[in-house]
This record gives sequence, structure tokens and C-alpha cells, in this order.
Amino acid sequence: MNLEQLFYSLPFRFRSFFHRSQVDQEMQAELHQHLDQQISENIAKGMSAEEARRAAVLSLGGVTQIEQRCRDARGGTLLEDFMQDFRYGFRQLWRSPGFSVLAVMCLTLGIGANTAVFSWMEGILFRPYPLVAHQERLFAVGGTVQGQSNGDFLSWPDFLDLRRNCTLCDDAFVTSITGSTLNIGDHAEVTTGSIVSANYFDAIAVHPILGRTFQPGEDVGSNSHPVVVISYQFWRNHFKGDPQIIGKTQRLKNVVHTIIGVTPEGFYGTFVGREIQFWVPASMEETFHGGGYKLEDRGARWIESYAYLKPGVSRAQAQEQISAFAARLQNDYPATNRGRSIKLWSLWETPFNHAGELLPILEVMVAVVAFVLLIACANVGNLLLVRAFVRRHEMSVRLAVGANRLRLVKQLLTEGLILSALGTAGGLLVAYFCRHALVLLLPTGVGAGMYLPGQMDARVIAMSVGVCLLVTLIVGIIPAFQTRHLDVAGPLKADSSSVVGARGRARMRSALVVFQVSLSFILLVGAALLLESLQKIRTTSPGFSTRGVAVTGVSLVAAGYDIPRARTFQNELIDRLNGLPGIESAAFASVTPLGYMTYPSSPIAVDGYQPSPDEQPEIEYNRVGPNYLATLGIPLLSGREFARNDDENAPLVAIVNRTMMMRYWRGQDPVGLRLQVKGHWVRIVGVVADSKYESMAESPKPFFYVPLHQDPSREPELNIRTTQSLQTTMAAVLREVHALDENLALYEVITLQEQVNRATSPQLVAVTLVSILGGLALILSAVGLYGVMSYAVAQSRRELGLRMALGARADNLLRLVLSRGLRLTGAGVLFGTVIALALTRLLGKLLYNVSPHDPVLFGSALVVMTITAIAACLLPAWRAARTDPARVLRN
Amino acid sequence: MSKPSDLVQGTLDMLILKILALEPLNGWAISQRLKQISSEVLAVSDGSLYPALQKLERLGWIRSEWKPSENNRRAKFYSPTRLGRKELEKETANWNRVSAAISGIVQLEEA
Repeated sequence: MNLEQLFYSLPFRFRSFFHRSQVDQEMQAELHQHLDQQISENIAKGMSAEEARRAAVLSLGGVTQIEQRCRDARGGTLLEDFMQDFRYGFRQLWRSPGFSVLAVMCLTLGIGANTAVFSWMEGILFRPYPLVAHQERLFAVGGTVQGQSNGDFLSWPDFLDLRRNCTLCDDAFVTSITGSTLNIGDHAEVTTGSIVSANYFDAIAVHPILGRTFQPGEDVGSNSHPVVVISYQFWRNHFKGDPQIIGKTQRLKNVVHTIIGVTPEGFYGTFVGREIQFWVPASMEETFHGGGYKLEDRGARWIESYAYLKPGVSRAQAQEQISAFAARLQNDYPATNRGRSIKLWSLWETPFNHAGELLPILEVMVAVVAFVLLIACANVGNLLLVRAFVRRHEMSVRLAVGANRLRLVKQLLTEGLILSALGTAGGLLVAYFCRHALVLLLPTGVGAGMYLPGQMDARVIAMSVGVCLLVTLIVGIIPAFQTRHLDVAGPLKADSSSVVGARGRARMRSALVVFQVSLSFILLVGAALLLESLQKIRTTSPGFSTRGVAVTGVSLVAAGYDIPRARTFQNELIDRLNGLPGIESAAFASVTPLGYMTYPSSPIAVDGYQPSPDEQPEIEYNRVGPNYLATLGIPLLSGREFARNDDENAPLVAIVNRTMMMRYWRGQDPVGLRLQVKGHWVRIVGVVADSKYESMAESPKPFFYVPLHQDPSREPELNIRTTQSLQTTMAAVLREVHALDENLALYEVITLQEQVNRATSPQLVAVTLVSILGGLALILSAVGLYGVMSYAVAQSRRELGLRMALGARADNLLRLVLSRGLRLTGAGVLFGTVIALALTRLLGKLLYNVSPHDPVLFGSALVVMTITAIAACLLPAWRAARTDPARVLRN
Repeated sequence: MSKPSDLVQGTLDMLILKILALEPLNGWAISQRLKQISSEVLAVSDGSLYPALQKLERLGWIRSEWKPSENNRRAKFYSPTRLGRKELEKETANWNRVSAAISGIVQLEEA
């Protein structure tokens, strides 16, 4: 129907639906008028009144019949048909509550899982920042280094130039995550904050509920603007919602900051995975990060930035402009920018927050929940098929009295719609309760402070409605196929069926089961692969001991320590700890491996190593105290460790790792040779084995160490090798710390193993989710298999009875049913294997040292699937075996 | 249903549209006019007329309104819509084309 026709026919359709009785009355009046006119015409022709009337009625036909035909011609409007189908369908479902509840439950699980994952995708990846305006135009901006795939930070001067030169950008702003310690009693608590450019709040259009945000110019200068904007939650929890908060002060990093504003409730900043509690302007960067004044240093890269593109500008267009600009920077500032470019990332690919590591998990989850949904649909379709068979009598009767097939299909689709609408409502509820559940899957310690909200916005709900319609189509179409086989005489024919009967219906149901088994098998394989790689990643040696090493920190910055005081404190504490029983060694280091902090990096130069023209070797390093390598158990391959006298007065030294030795000295022992670090030549005193630095999944990379005292850090981490329990160690350390200074507090004490566990938590989340959903899928397909087998057994009681009467033993029948169940399973596993072989490579990044085609893991998935199948078939088989031939045959 | 009456069924819509295109009429008048112009060849029973009218109205080809008739009784008058007139034009052209083709074929067979 085209629009014009709709326009002309709408008034009529409207009237015939909403004013049905009036339309009927008019019809009647019109027909009676016709009769009257015909009668008077007939009388005029000379008939008697009686004759005239009869002739008129004869020529017109029965008024009532015509009225009915007119009503048919008017046609039920679509809505009218639908309402009728809806009422009827609802009654039908109400009449078989067991079926309906089971079907709705299956769909609730399937749709709920989908909606939950959508809401996570939305809340974490697509619209991650509540209250932030125009996220569809917001892109992450970071640096790239030639030859490296991961993103890097930008420097402040580069950022300012970019903001000035990017004409396709509306605005660009800086955020850089930071933290500050608040001492609460004996322990130090870290609050999460952001160092931002002054235009931050204006750019994202977040307005304070109290006070003001930053003014232009507050991000200029060195530590010149100690002002802070705090979050609503921080204001509530920490300041008890004090309405007079503006102008009060808060000590952050031992600097008194004036509180100038409070952000609105529900604003969590712009860092995926964390709830930001305070914001300070970029001018305070040095206070928070240390390491000197960086706002005029093009080589100091610390910035996470974002840009709004102008409406209608594509990422590719903007990228082109930005790349050209970065090339100009390379040209103008070769010393700092050689081999570096600038790149735009979609929010969900942001390299400097947790989006990057959650993206692959959520991608896999989308596929997994789609599988679960399909399995649930197949189950419901199967249930509907059974009902369609039970209702074939009703269907045939409706066909016989003149319903057309299309109408029957509409009716079945309506029932499907009722089921899937209920399932969707349930699913939305499930998703609503699960929307913040992602963080619960993280181990405590990692989960604490992590903020991974789901978002149930219009887009998510629209997506669920889409899924609902899709489900309707799937589950409605399956039984609708059956109406093809219906004919009016159908129910009159005798029913004959057998366990191995292969009529249309049985084929269809079997196909559905095979489909379900295939999908669950794929999920099982996926879960097995992920589980194995988690196992591998957690048991692989990181290159240092994970047992017996504890890590903590002392809140020196919050207590106002400067570098010389911190150095003295560090030396004294190490001396005291070394004297304690149970403590084998202790050492400070600026960064803990696999921890939350990132390593500094430095451009290097090596005698005899000629970098290619566009290569600027830059290598990460760590600043470590004496005995660090021994404390962590990193094997020394050559030379010596740092000693106490490798301090600020001694010649500069460094230790390199094996990969660095292989690359820059072609495997020659470099001890005694020199290395240029940050423009200074340092002497190499040792070579150590490779270990993991930032992630368990990383491949060996060049790395070196410099003495902590030659490149000091005010608040390094404390590593302790101990034979005692964590609690004992912590108590001992706290006692020694307090013996030196009562005002100091200790950070959380954890083992390095715990550190490894936290670092691998994304893998854990993936494994947990896939296992939960894989288990769900397994149960759903077991239910499907069970349903098909029990139905087949129930349908073929007569045949089973006959077989038994003819001498089949109970175990023959048991085997008959089991073997059919296993044949279906086998077919499903076969299909599943083929598809899984193609699909598992998509797990890509989530797999660690596991082949996506690992035969052992495929085998174990097969075992699980087979056991489940046997369990699902056992009850029907047992029932078949207990068939009482006398009773069955008598019936 | 047999073929010839199918033809009549299909043509009925066009006949009604054609009649109404000349002047708006009520149901009885349409039936009289039909009898007049189509004689006995296309026997249209009055019983089929009203459902056909309903169908045409539903398609949006005609509209109806209650107006006083010649004898001052209120009657329901039908008239074609713009869409209906377009449809008539299309169908007439179609009809002419098809009937010309068919009569050509029929004559060819006889020759």
C-alpha cells in the first residue's frame, strides 16, 4: 500500500475500526433504503405490495448475508485482527501455564543476557561518560611511536599546538589520571583524581552545582593554581555534603588546595573503569606526578586527551589533518618528536583507560549472548512445535471453516510476540539488576574502586525491542512451518510415529536440537580455551618470584617528605627491616611490575648501534634500590646488582635485561660498556634475565634499571621478601615505619601473586562470563534434548510396546533411545566443531599461549557435551525401557 | 469460482468507478445504472454491489457521504477520489490495450 492510498483509505479504516457499530447501522440503513426504493419501483411497475417486496428481496439477496459480506469486504483492520489474535493467543498461553512459564523463562535468560551485555557496551564503551555532552563526536587523542602499535601520551606543548591547529575539531581537552592519598587512621587511602586543562568542564558541558569550574589561565604556570573541583560523591562522603564547602581547603599531595566547585550527581569524570573524585588544573601537574615541570617540555609525555570533532566531520578527515600536523611537529622538533605521530581513537578503543582491555571481552560476549539467545529461541521453538502438534486439530478445524493459512501464521506469530514480549520485559529486569554486575566479577582488590556501569538508555531498550521482534519472528516461524503440513483431513488420519520416525515434524525438532548442540559445543570450546589460557597466564613464570614477596608503599608525599628526607627515610627503613626475623631482603622501587603505575621511558643511544633514520630508540626503565633484583628473584646473568653506594655522588650506572643486550649489543656482554639515558652516559654494571613488566601477555622487550638514588622518587613502592605471613609482615613493617615517623601510613599490603592475579583480571572476567553463559547454554540445550527425546518416547509408546511384546529387552529400548539422542548430539558436535574451528580465532587477544584449535580442549568439550547429552536422554530412555507392553497395546 | 464470473468480478470495480466518475450516486442508483448499461451480459447482482463498494472505499478509490436525494430522503452518495480517477484512467488504458490485443489475436485465429 503506498502513501497516497493510505491517505485516501485512512478515514474509512479509522471509522470502520473505531465506530464499528455506527458503520454497521449505516450499512443496514443503506440496504433498507435500497430495498424501499426497489419496492416502490416494483409497485410503480404494477406489482402488489407483497409481490413487490418479495421481488425486491429476491433481487438483492438476504440483507444479513450482504451485511456480513460487506463487513468482510471492509476487512478487519490490521489492528483489529491483531487484537483478536492477541486475546486469543493470551488465552491459549494462559491455558498451558507450564509451557508458557518455561518458554518465557528461556527467553528471559536469552534476552536478559543480551540486554545486559548491550548495557555494558553502552555504559562502558559507546557512551561511557554520563552527563558528558555529544559523546558521539568525542574521540580519544594520543601519540603513536613508529613501530609500536599501542598508544602513547602527548606532551603539553604538542597538545596546545594541536588544539590551535586542528580546524576540524570543535575543542580538545586534557585529562590525566592521578591519585592522592588521604590518611585515614593507620592506613592510607587513595582517591582518584584527574589533572585537566582549564577548558575541561566547558568542553564537556558539565556545570557545577556549587561554586565554579576552572577559568582560562588556571592551567598555566608551575604549581601556580592550587584549586580543586570535587565530585558530588566525594563531597557527600568526605565532606558530608557541607553546603559551605566552597572556599574551604583540602590537602592533596601535601599541598593545600582550595575547593572551588562541586560537580553534579552522576558525573564520574572521563576515565573508563574509574570514578574520578577530584579535578585539578594542569598547572598542578608537577605536584601530583612529580618529575619536574613539564608544561614547557615537549619531550615529557603524560597527557591523555580527547577532541570533539565538528559536526559532520569524519574521523578519517580529522585524522588526515592531525597526521599532517604531527608530521610538521616531527619536522620542527626532531629532537623530541622524531618517529612520532598523533592518532584519533574511538572512545571504545581509548588506549589509556580500561576500554581497550574490555573491548575484546565485550566483543566476545556479544557473540556468546547471541548464541545463548539462539539456543533459547530453539528451545521455545521446539516447545511451540510440540504445542502446534497438540493443536493440529484446532488448526485443521480453523482451516476447514475457512481461515486462510496466512491468518494462522499471523496467529502463531502473535503468540510468539506475546512470549517474546514477556521475555523481553523479564530480560530488561534481569539486565537492570545486572547492569553494574560486571565489576562484581572482578576479584576484590581490583574491583574495589573500579567503576564499570551499564547504561540502560533508549538505545539499549531499542536494541532489546529489536531482539524481541527478531525472537518473535524466529519462534513464530518455526511452528508456522508446520501449517504447511496441515490439511483438513490431517487429524482424521491415524497417527503413526516411531522413535526413529523421520516425518517433517520430527525432522524439524531434531534439526533444532542439532542446532542447539552445535551452538553449546562452540561455547564449551570457547570456555575451555579461555579457561586454559587463564590457567596458563596465571601459572606462567613472570620472571620473578610471586610467592613470598609482599608489596606495599609508605605515604611519604602526603606527610610532606622532600627528596633528601625521603631518601634518608628509605635507607633507614631498609636497614631496620633487614634486621627483622623472617624478612630476607627488602628494596624500594619506583614501579611494581604488573602494577597500576606506568614505567618511565627514555630515549637511548648505544656506541656502535646505528638506529635507522626514522627510529628513535626509546626504552622503558625502572628506578630500583639496592637488592631489588634479589628481593624479586630476578636472576642476574652477568655483572652485579646496585649497591647502597650507587647514589647521587657515585658515577651513573644501569643494568639492562637480556632482550636489550641481544638487540643493542648483538648478544655481547655489555658490562663495562656505556649507555646514554636522558642525555647522560651511564656505565652498565649488570645484565638480568627478562621478566614481565606491564602485562603477563606481553612478549619479551628491552628494559633497563637505574639506581633509585640516582633518579629519585619521593614515594617508591616497598618490596619485601619474607618467609612470614602477610599479616605478620604488615604488622612488622608498620611498627618499623612508625618507629621512624608516627605520621606515616602504610598502603595496602599484597603479595606479588595477588598483583599477577589483578593484572590478569580481564582474562578472569572473560572466563567467568563465558563459563556462566556456556553453562546456561549447556542447560538450555540439555532441556531441548530432553524435551525432544521424551516427546519422541511418549509419541512412540505403541511401537515401544510392540517391540517389547516381540521380545525386545528393556536394555535394548534403553539403548535405542540413548543412541538416537547421541546421534543427534554427534551431529551437533560435528557441526559445532566445524564452526568452532573457524570461530575460535576470534578469541585472539584473549588467548594466551593456547592454540585456538587445541585438540585436547576440543576433546574435553566433547566429553562434557556427551555426558550432558547422556544425562538429558537418560530419563526418557529409562521411561522407554519401563514401557508396559500389555497396557500400551490395550490402549 | 469459474473463469467468466471472475472476469465480471474484476470488471465490476472499473464499471462502478466509471459510473461514479460521471456523477455521484447512491447505491440503488448505481445498481439501476449498472443494469442499464451492462444489460444482461454482465449480470451484476445487487448483492455483490455493496461489498464491492465497501472494498473500493477501503482501497481509497471512492468516498461516501450522506446527502439528501431527489425525493428529499437522506441517502449515501458515492464519488470517486482523485486516487480513484487515476486508477480508472490506468485501468481504462490497460483495458483498451489488452482488449485490442485479444481481439487482434481472436481475429487472427479466425482468418
